[in-house]
Amino acid sequence: MYPEEFRYTKEHEWVTVSGDIATIGITDYAQKELGDIVYVDLPRVGDAVVAGKTMGSVESVKAISDIYSPVTGEVVEVNATLAEAPETVNRDPHGEAWLVKVKLADPEEINRLLSAAEYQSYIEATQR
Amino acid sequence: MRYLPHSDDERRQMLAACGLESEADLYRQLPPEVRLARPLELGPGLSEYEILDYFRARAAENITGYPSFLGAGVYSHYRPVLVDVVLSRGEFLTSYTPYQAEISQGTLTTIFEFQTLMCQLTGMEVANASVYDGSTAVPEAALMAMRLTRRERVVAARTLHPEYRQVLRTYGRSQGVEIEEFGYHPELGSADLDELAGKVDDRTAAVILQRPNFFGVIEPVREAAEIAHRRGALLVVIFSEAVSLGLLAPPVEADIVAGELQSFAISPSYGGPFAGVIATKERFVRQLPGRLVGQTTDAAGNRAFCLTLSTREQHIRREKATSNICTNQNLIALAATVFMTVYGRRGLRELAEQNLAKAHYLAGRLPRRFAGPFFNEFVARSPAAPPEEINRRLLERRILGGLPLGRYYPELADCLLLCATEMSRKQDMDAVAEVFSDR
Repeated sequence: MYPEEFRYTKEHEWVTVSGDIATIGITDYAQKELGDIVYVDLPRVGDAVVAGKTMGSVESVKAISDIYSPVTGEVVEVNATLAEAPETVNRDPHGEAWLVKVKLADPEEINRLLSAAEYQSYIEATQR
Repeated sequence: MRYLPHSDDERRQMLAACGLESEADLYRQLPPEVRLARPLELGPGLSEYEILDYFRARAAENITGYPSFLGAGVYSHYRPVLVDVVLSRGEFLTSYTPYQAEISQGTLTTIFEFQTLMCQLTGMEVANASVYDGSTAVPEAALMAMRLTRRERVVAARTLHPEYRQVLRTYGRSQGVEIEEFGYHPELGSADLDELAGKVDDRTAAVILQRPNFFGVIEPVREAAEIAHRRGALLVVIFSEAVSLGLLAPPVEADIVAGELQSFAISPSYGGPFAGVIATKERFVRQLPGRLVGQTTDAAGNRAFCLTLSTREQHIRREKATSNICTNQNLIALAATVFMTVYGRRGLRELAEQNLAKAHYLAGRLPRRFAGPFFNEFVARSPAAPPEEINRRLLERRILGGLPLGRYYPELADCLLLCATEMSRKQDMDAVAEVFSDR
């Protein structure tokens, strides 16, 4: 369910790193909890994001939820297709519906995040 | 939805549930020194007739029914009888916020009609369900432009209503808005576009321009839009005289159009309550503050209306809402809706034409200060007597004069802002001209 090569936050974001570029999205658990997603508000290319701080929001028919950046760095790419098709987040949260790509200020930062197994037990614990 | 007050029995039940004897027990925890220990000092009871008599006598001390040439943001227009007939219906007068669409279709339908009419008049694609008034619509529009552009500077025309500029500064102080002003052309009375071009830079979120401006002059919206857009800023067009929208081309070059609806059957009432509105392009709707009603279909496939995009609003979004200051003015906006419906497209144009014709008749008989094109307001120079003296002489003739401009524009201390509407009679306008030419 939760890809092994990803890292996770307790706020239900995932991140995967290639070189010094981190790709960020929200987890399958998050999209299920939110329900039908109707709008995704993302930072712009060039914006600075800080680990643990708000970088955007995701809106469903029943709630709006902040997206917290798992890492610190500069936004280098934004998934523009989500503006027209926010429902992609419900369909493929770990793949097609990535949100932003960030050039990492500190590639070591990612090691502080949860592993797939840790995230899995975290959400199981919260559901209990 | 109707508002029904609690019965005595319901009050007793609620008190019993709380374990209290009387309503006074609710205030038991207040320290005695802040509580009034004696009854209020009220006179002896009066009969209903005596009370009516007293207030009739007070009301008779007011000056009423004098012809007025005072505009400056609050205009003397006819209020069709139908407006109060609709407004006084309990379904509207005492209705609650239409959160529950299934029992609020009437209210929601009127709001949807309001938004639709405002879009038609302003040339915008989406309008909110109203805000407090024109003055508060200005900072809301400025803050909206700041969120959209992620910039913090606004450049406002000195020809924007001086009180609107004050409200902009009041909001701006606590919201980190950097406000700069640009002047007007000394002969035309319209915005000085060269000065504007010099003040718009890459930090400018919005250029704010009023049309017609405070002097009644029609501002060049297209040219101002070009200046703003060249540097990535938005153009906010403000109106304080909504009747002008019946005649002037919609300011489609603007990114946000906001204004005051008092002219649409809202009585002056010492300055309020009024209703304002903010309209914009659909791509900016996420940053539009205030309530929005949308069209949808119910479970049976019928056309229906409901509040929409509520996640912008404070009851959902809390501190991150597009505004925590605004609210809508449903009943007042309904007056504007009924007004627009009574007049209709052609009627509103005719009304605007009458305003234009009468103001131009009056202006033709007076020394005009500015040469720019104007709608139903204009600035007259009074070389012979101070503007306050002109007003005093007019009052002697049972006529309310205009606004002496020195209070807001020291350089125009010899000038009076005058307004003529469909209500202005020829004999009164001729009287104004006579008073001006008296030595």
